[in-house]
Formats: sequence, structure tokens, C-alpha cells
Amino acid sequence: MMSLWIMVVLTSLGSYGLKLAGVSLPRSVLNHPRVQRTAYLLPPAMLAALIMTGLVDANGHYGVDWPVLAGVGAGAIAMRFKASLVTVFIVAIVACAVLQLIV
Amino acid sequence: MSETTRFPPRDRDARVTGADFPERAAITRAAVGIGVYAGAFGVTFGAIAIASGLTVFQALLMSVVAYTGASQFAFVGVIAAGGSPLAGLSAALLLGTRNMFYGVPVTQVVQPRGLQRLWTAHFVIDETTAMAVAQRDSRAGRYAFWATGVSLYSLWTVGTLAGALIGSGINTAAFGLSAAAPAIFLALLWPQLSRDGAATVAIVAALVTLVLIPLTPPGVPILAAAVVAVVVGATPSRSPRVQEAS
Repeated sequence: MMSLWIMVVLTSLGSYGLKLAGVSLPRSVLNHPRVQRTAYLLPPAMLAALIMTGLVDANGHYGVDWPVLAGVGAGAIAMRFKASLVTVFIVAIVACAVLQLIV
Repeated sequence: MSETTRFPPRDRDARVTGADFPERAAITRAAVGIGVYAGAFGVTFGAIAIASGLTVFQALLMSVVAYTGASQFAFVGVIAAGGSPLAGLSAALLLGTRNMFYGVPVTQVVQPRGLQRLWTAHFVIDETTAMAVAQRDSRAGRYAFWATGVSLYSLWTVGTLAGALIGSGINTAAFGLSAAAPAIFLALLWPQLSRDGAATVAIVAALVTLVLIPLTPPGVPILAAAVVAVVVGATPSRSPRVQEAS
């Protein structure tokens, strides 16, 4: 699929380009308060949206994959107990896999 | 241990005399630890990328060139959800803008000159930035940046290749991997919620996404979340901002 190839390449080069801009642009540009504030708010907004689509988006309509939801919930509980990133991740996939076997 | 055994008690002179700095071993251990977890996430990324329809080479190319985990997971996540590759590109790059801003603290520590910027830039990600700025002086900071960068990069790419090959051979959907990406996003989001305004933005972004899912083409709800961040970010803040050391 041609367009997928193009986007894989553009995503890869674009990601590097953003990093290169960061170490090359004059500091005054990146230190602008509103620019910085937007930059700090983009990741939480994007991550929240990605979590939401991961949980309830079934190709453009609402659909919940219960083992996935339970797995992420188990990961969230692990996080409440200050588990490391790896532990959260393992708890989530193990919980999801076990439920997929049962259901 | 270092061969230099006569550190002054407070070690104040280490950077002046050019002696090895005492944090080196601890930094190396931390860098290897970060690399190992990156390897595990690399395996996951490789497997999910294959399940989303990428080839082994495409998955590996992303890890080698893009080298920024959250954006890569976002890209394959949007593709897997039926979104257009263009929507995947937009989501990945919007998420990747934070790496641009990491350039400011990193250049203060690493101080790349001229062409050095070309390869220094490649290693500017969450973990290397955090490790570089956490050190007491720029010597240790530079070492932390490179040790973390090289350890993470090598294990992330090797992990990606392994995951992609595993994913090509067996159906990984049965191994609970569908929960991996949202769980990783949640674990990344969690510590960011303490930032000024971040929790509100995250909730509004999640609600906007939820409403738009059945109304717009896949991928668009995620881009709408970026609009929420831009609108709030560009609005002047009433509370005085506490600037980090510049």
C-alpha cells in the first residue's frame, strides 16, 4: 500500500525533523510562554484521546472490547499502587489475555 | 569502580580536575535499566505494528528513524483503528512536538556544536532528556544523555525487529496485546496530569474524542484533541507561570 509507505517515511522523517528543530531553533522561539504552554498541553490531550479511541472506538462507532477495558483498568490499579511502567504494562496485557481466554 | 581512588570527600573538584565523576556507575546502571524496558516496549511496538498492517521493514524503519515511542504507537494505533495514514502521521507528529521542546534543556547540557546537532537531535526523547537534566553538572548530564540514548536506541530497535518477526509468525491478538497500547498511553499520561491545566485539558480532550468517534472519519477525533490543547495553550494564563530554570 503506497500511501502507508509514504506516511511511514514522513512520520519517521518528521519525528526526526522536530527533534532537529529543537536543538537548532533560536531559544527565543521555543521559550515563548504560549508556545511552551501549548507544547506542554499537547501530550496529555493526545494521550487522553488515544486512550479513549483505544477503549471505545470500533472503526467509527462505539464498541467496547471488554477484555481490553479490563486489562487497562488493571493497569490503572497497578499504577495507583505506584507500580513501574513495565509492571503496569505486564499487568494490563496479562489481565487482558486471561479474560480473552475465559470470555 | 573507577581507577581514580582519591576523590575528595565532597567531590567538588571532580569536574575541574578532569577526574572521573562518581555518578558514572549509577548512571550506567540506570541507562541499562531504561534500555531493558525500552526493549520490552520495542517488542510490543513491533508486534502491534504488524497487527496494524505494517511490514517488518516499515516497523523497523520507524524505530530506527523516528525513534520516539509514543508517536510510533500513536501512528500504528490510528492505522489499526481504521484511520487514514495521513491521520496517523498528524497524530504522531503532534505528539512528537514535545521532543522539539526538549531540545532547549538538552542543548544546555549537551552543548552540541555545528554538525553535532545532527546526531544529538536523534537522541532527544523523554527518557534521555529526563536523565540529562537530572544530573548535578553538565559532564554527568552529557554522559547520562549519551548512555541512555545509546542503550535505549539499540534495545528499542532490536526489540522492534524481534516483535515484528514474532508478530508475523503468530497472531498476537490472543496475547492481550490489544491492551498494551492504551495501558502505555495511560501510564505516560498519569504523571503529566499534575501539570498546570493538564488534567482539565485531558478530560476535555477525552470527551471531545468520545463525542466525535461516531461522527467523523477515524483519526479525526484524536486531531480534535490537539485543537483543545492549542486553544487552551494559546489562551493567556491568569495564574503566574512558574518558569523552570532557563
